[in-house]
Amino acid sequence: MDISIFQIIWFVLWGVLWAVYFMLDGFVLGTGFLSGIIAKNDTEKRVLINCIGPVWDGNEVWLLTAGGATFAAFPTTYALMFSNLYSALVLLLFALIVRGVSFEFRGKLDGAVWKSSWDKAIIVSSFLPALLFGVAFGNIFKGIPMRNDFVNLQFSYEGGLIGLLNPYGLVTGVLFVLLFAVHGALYISTKTSGDLSSRALSLANSIWPALLAVAVIFLAYTYPATKLYDNYLKAPLILIIPVVAVASLLLIKLFAGKGEKYKAFTFSCLTIVFVVATGVAGLFPNLLPSNLDPASNLTIYNSSSSLITLKLMTVVALIMVPIVICYKIWVYRIFRAPVTGEEVLGDKQAY
Amino acid sequence: MDVLFLSQLQFAATCMFHWIFVPLTLGLSIMTAWMETKYVTTGDETWLRMTKFWGKLFLINFALGVVTGITMEFQFGLNWSEYSRYVGDIFGAPLAIEATVTFFLESVFIGVWIFGWQKVSKKVHATTIWLAAIGTNLSALFILQANAWMQNPMGFTIRNGRAEMTDPLAVFFNPYGLIKFPHTLLSGYALAAFVIMGVSAWHLLKKNEVDFFKRSFRFAAVWAFVASMIVGISGDFHAVKIAKVQPAKFAAMESIWETKRSAEMCLLLVPNAPEECNAVEELKIPGLLSFLAFHDTNAEIKGLKDFPKELRPPVTPTFLSFRLMVGIGTFMILVSLAAIFLSRRDRFEDNRLFLSIMVLSIPLPYLAEQLGWLVAELGRQPWIVYGVLKTADSVSKSVTSTQVLLSLLGFTVLYGILGAIDIFLLVKYAKKGPDSDLSNIINVQGRV
Repeated sequence: MDISIFQIIWFVLWGVLWAVYFMLDGFVLGTGFLSGIIAKNDTEKRVLINCIGPVWDGNEVWLLTAGGATFAAFPTTYALMFSNLYSALVLLLFALIVRGVSFEFRGKLDGAVWKSSWDKAIIVSSFLPALLFGVAFGNIFKGIPMRNDFVNLQFSYEGGLIGLLNPYGLVTGVLFVLLFAVHGALYISTKTSGDLSSRALSLANSIWPALLAVAVIFLAYTYPATKLYDNYLKAPLILIIPVVAVASLLLIKLFAGKGEKYKAFTFSCLTIVFVVATGVAGLFPNLLPSNLDPASNLTIYNSSSSLITLKLMTVVALIMVPIVICYKIWVYRIFRAPVTGEEVLGDKQAY
Repeated sequence: MDVLFLSQLQFAATCMFHWIFVPLTLGLSIMTAWMETKYVTTGDETWLRMTKFWGKLFLINFALGVVTGITMEFQFGLNWSEYSRYVGDIFGAPLAIEATVTFFLESVFIGVWIFGWQKVSKKVHATTIWLAAIGTNLSALFILQANAWMQNPMGFTIRNGRAEMTDPLAVFFNPYGLIKFPHTLLSGYALAAFVIMGVSAWHLLKKNEVDFFKRSFRFAAVWAFVASMIVGISGDFHAVKIAKVQPAKFAAMESIWETKRSAEMCLLLVPNAPEECNAVEELKIPGLLSFLAFHDTNAEIKGLKDFPKELRPPVTPTFLSFRLMVGIGTFMILVSLAAIFLSRRDRFEDNRLFLSIMVLSIPLPYLAEQLGWLVAELGRQPWIVYGVLKTADSVSKSVTSTQVLLSLLGFTVLYGILGAIDIFLLVKYAKKGPDSDLSNIINVQGRV
């Protein structure tokens, strides 16, 4: 088979990995940065941490897989994306590191200062990745100031950390924060019971209008700021992706308003997946465009691995990803029951 | 300071920090799984208490290994983008496979293990720690094969301005990595066993939970001896492989300047790198070095002077790291053998000298772990991929020295704080000992 088929397969997989990562870590990040608003006391905070405790680590692996897949399938994109966005990604890394240990460390000592310090750490280290991922993807959609000469292998970057904080990047950042906030609040409402659950649901309901407003701004702003709509004009059929995204977004409110939290959460999963898909479909065949010169765009054609590596990785992905999905579903089923305060207080192994 | 030097410093610092926690994770995951299996098959509650106690230390340690691992994957792109672009076609695959095959297994099932005591049956629960342990242990295989390609590149060709994979089997079954895998993995088991023995000895000195810690000690002593022996034997095979494929590294490890046949081993040796000779060469054993390198006392050993100066690794640190690692390894074999015999005796908890030695020995395997990687990575210099790509040509071009300096400072402060907290918690929970309220533990058992 022709190499371009595998390049396209890996483009799709690349998009799927990011979409699944944001769907899964989105509610962990959302739960994390909303914990300060929703939880009223220490027991409720522990309930929240225990809602995400069994799954956060497995969810974060989707990020490692997305990163690893970029490395293996599109090494030139991996190399230039990571080095060009150096400072932003190092900040992101610090936040993810702190978040991971916060869950583990918080319950290990009893002091009030100790606990409140880790509570703050959880909030900041969950909020920052949500914002930074949004800013990063906004800039990926928009293109970054790089000049790449693929013949002479000369690559240069003319931007910096501050340049990433452009209006479009920030709008995308806020969009991600609000998406994850609604997603996290709905997750909490499905995973807890009683007063805590209804407070989370009403928080989701009250954040939703802001999310809708920013989503509208994002969709409108995307037209002048990026070239994402070009693909949609060329192949109107793929408009189905943003249509599903918008429909899901509206259905969140419909079900959340009626108190049907499981359905609302399902549609917030779909919203995140299809928002990411909307952006990724608009990028094709680019992985990271340049806003200086279209010839410098990193595409699936000029940055991919060789045919043999792409084939090898395809086989691995086709075998392993379904297996991973199966056992992850099994795990989510085991922990499907809402977490209660009594349960958390009785279990010494819990966070 | 230039970007290259700062990036090397940052990579070394973040790797070495990551490697403080990983070996204990490798070993304790398997040993905790073993303890829980013993509990499930025998029903003996001491094994359950052991699972809980050592498992708690495992988890505190595990957390930092996991989060610092993300840095490792990101850093190739962040600081070594020329390297990533040049070798990504080969090097990216094991990393991506590591994530999909092993990280998922480890991370998903560790979650079930921590939170699932009341949710799944005993057998399923014991299975989850095995799956997590297998994931952890297998991830070492993939990462060592990736590293093996940097040490002994195989199955590739230079095309399109980069290295491209031609033979996946050669990449994934690189003999260099297949030898290094047991050496590295079992060093983690030996380290974990020394930690269990050391902590147990501390409690036995205080006559605290004597039965519990005697059993833990005896359990770990066998692991420590078997693992240390395998580390030594595979280390010998590993050195033979190095002598064959990385002669400059081998010469630096032994500080050999002149090429010679039937080379002797000097037990006491002090290199003088600026003068390209050794200041002290005493206690010679004829032919031993040739024998160790090629399993032939007459074999020729290449000296450092056979390599141009710019292609030699830093001799003194490579040599010292290697010597010290081997010394500690030998000590661990002897001490663990003694531990097996002494711990079989009645009232060995009264042997205060021996127990004190075991407590004081805890840092030694940690030191040996770091030294081992120093030999592996310093000895490969100036190459990042031996004979293919130099470290100096691998660094990111769009990153400035200010950026790296700031990130290095950030890593130093962040890792410093988190490392101190983690070690503090490990010590605290190790000293606290097992939960004495048995009903508390039994109550959280799941349905059968």
